[in-house]
Amino acid sequence: MSMPMEDKAGFALSPGALARIETLIGRYPTKASALMPCLWVIMDEVGWVPPGGVDLLVEKLEVTHARVNEVLTFYTMFRSEPQATHTLQVCHNISCHIMGARPLISHLEQRLGVKLGQRTADGMFAIEGVECLGACGMGPCLQLGSHLYEHLTPDKADTLLDSLRRGVVPRADTDREGVE
Amino acid sequence: MNQNGTGGPAGPKILSARFDRTDGHRLAVYEQEGGYQALRKVLGGMQPAEVTAIVKDSGLRGRGGAGFPTGTKWGFVPAAAEQVYFFVNADESEPGTFKDRYLLDYDPHQTIEGTIISCFAVRAGLGFIYIRGEFGWLIDRVQKAVDECYAAGYLGRNILGSGYDLDLIVHKGAGAYICGEETGLINSVEGRKGQPSIKPPFPAVSGFLKKPTIVNNVESVASVPWIITNGAAAYRAFGTEKSPGTKLFSVSGPVKRPGVYEIPLGMPFRDFFNDVLGGMADGEELKAVIVGGSSVPVLPADEIMNCNLDYESLGAAGTMLGSGGMIVIPKRCDMVELIQVLMHFYWDESCGQCTPCREGTGWLHRLVKKLRRGEGTPEDLERIEHVCSGMAGLTICPLSDAAVMPMRSFLAKFRGEFEALVQHPAPVAASSRWPRGEQE
Ligand SMILES: Cc1cc2nc3c(=O)[nH]c(=O)nc-3n(C[C@H](O)[C@H](O)[C@H](O)COP(=O)(O)O)c2cc1C
Ligand code: SF4
Ligand code: FES
Repeated sequence: MSMPMEDKAGFALSPGALARIETLIGRYPTKASALMPCLWVIMDEVGWVPPGGVDLLVEKLEVTHARVNEVLTFYTMFRSEPQATHTLQVCHNISCHIMGARPLISHLEQRLGVKLGQRTADGMFAIEGVECLGACGMGPCLQLGSHLYEHLTPDKADTLLDSLRRGVVPRADTDREGVE
Repeated sequence: MNQNGTGGPAGPKILSARFDRTDGHRLAVYEQEGGYQALRKVLGGMQPAEVTAIVKDSGLRGRGGAGFPTGTKWGFVPAAAEQVYFFVNADESEPGTFKDRYLLDYDPHQTIEGTIISCFAVRAGLGFIYIRGEFGWLIDRVQKAVDECYAAGYLGRNILGSGYDLDLIVHKGAGAYICGEETGLINSVEGRKGQPSIKPPFPAVSGFLKKPTIVNNVESVASVPWIITNGAAAYRAFGTEKSPGTKLFSVSGPVKRPGVYEIPLGMPFRDFFNDVLGGMADGEELKAVIVGGSSVPVLPADEIMNCNLDYESLGAAGTMLGSGGMIVIPKRCDMVELIQVLMHFYWDESCGQCTPCREGTGWLHRLVKKLRRGEGTPEDLERIEHVCSGMAGLTICPLSDAAVMPMRSFLAKFRGEFEALVQHPAPVAASSRWPRGEQE
């Protein structure tokens, strides 16, 4: 997941990731149209898109730096800085708000000793308020990577934090049994 | 597993037949239940125009929010077009909406079969399913289902020996509400910021890579196999004359049974609320309902209780069916607080191209916050109205209107709650001051 990539000159993707980029370029009708999925390849491998990753896509997709940076910064899920180990993204939109998102956020802020939008000093956790996650009937909810935790209470949030501290990402409501 | 929602308790299951199963996403299960028979029928000798005609006759209306007739939209693709693209809109980011997620999670093959048929109808050779980036787990599931289709010969070259070729790409979004707007979505897949473009030209004439492009919502597309198998008349047997068929409603808020339900259009809200949702959760009382996703006007309890759930009835009541994302608001909620949450959302998601939207959403958010800080004046309520009138109908895409509709309706229907926050008499200095810019 996290490789030392701050050094622009030292940026390198794994052979697997580079192969995926080539496949994407072959599948999309124009090189530029493969930009988002290629950014995802870098996000998935590195956790963020370092400047070297931007350079790589400029070269592979034959687009300008401005184009890559503009896309990188427009979409909230693409990140141009290193991220906390676990970023808890709590939905603060209307349905979750009605069902208790604010008390949940306050609880997390208190437990982690940071405010919404901040990262803990050890770089382990960050909490972010995000817009509707498409789990409105199961709120309040939070997202951790591609895991979605629903029907949260302060107690359930504590269990989640404890588990993450032990290095275990607990089963999410969207992880389905019997499915690969 | 699926304890949070089911299809409607009784009645037709056109869309939700496999919502109660845990294995409905598997190709074998879908095929056992008659899956891909509609595709076989279409590719077994039907012409694209025939398919379009059936969908037109069915009266199916787009389920992404605007309710535009699906078959009519397909008919806009120029007959001479050589390259056509088709996009399934699974960006599902409208607050209160979580129905497409159910379709793709519990029954991805139904949407994929509908996509292949829709692509054939508009003669597309490449299709995309654009799924919002937050649905990470869902993207894997849909990709697996697409892979199964390639292996089974439902996608790729010479599908089922018909000579029809189609590729289907699952495209992952990256967190931007505006990419749900069809031209924003198209620009996004071109590898740009997801900013909408001015219409006309409409995508059906000039869209992705300047070629004719059709964008349809997941639920619209998922309705197509059933319509092809059972015919337009069978579809029209459900719903009302102008709102035929069934629709998914995703229900959130403190009701007894929140979740996703399929009901025939035209069902009285009262019956849906009492019988299907089981009324309010214990200790809660109904105050208001936003019936079609956060962008439609709110209705107080007494008004929604007299509505039927179809496009016309809700339109007559001053709101819209929208996406079917029904947000149930309980008595304990402060409406000014809720509208602050929504104005923050629209302000956050405005793509910034149009001044009325970029500035207007920020002003509205700040005005509401000012009221809630206890610094509001009677003039601020007029200012809200003034800002709204400078935003509605004046922008490239309807996001600006989507912010105005809840704002205006909250203020009109619950004015007392806003007035209670206003200082009387207005402090002179404050009343002439435009609210300062500040972040939440
Ligand atoms: C701001 C905005 C967000 C939208 N989000 C979505 C969305 O998430 N999903 C969707 O299907 N349609 C969305 N739409 C509507 C689309 O522009 C388009 O009308 C729809 O996808 C067409 O499909 P349909 O005809 O099948 O309804 C949105 C529109 C606007 C203005
Ligand atoms: S109305 Fe708003 S979201 Fe739509 S194009 Fe203009 S600025 Fe962007
Ligand atoms: S409002 Fe929180 S998931 Fe939709």
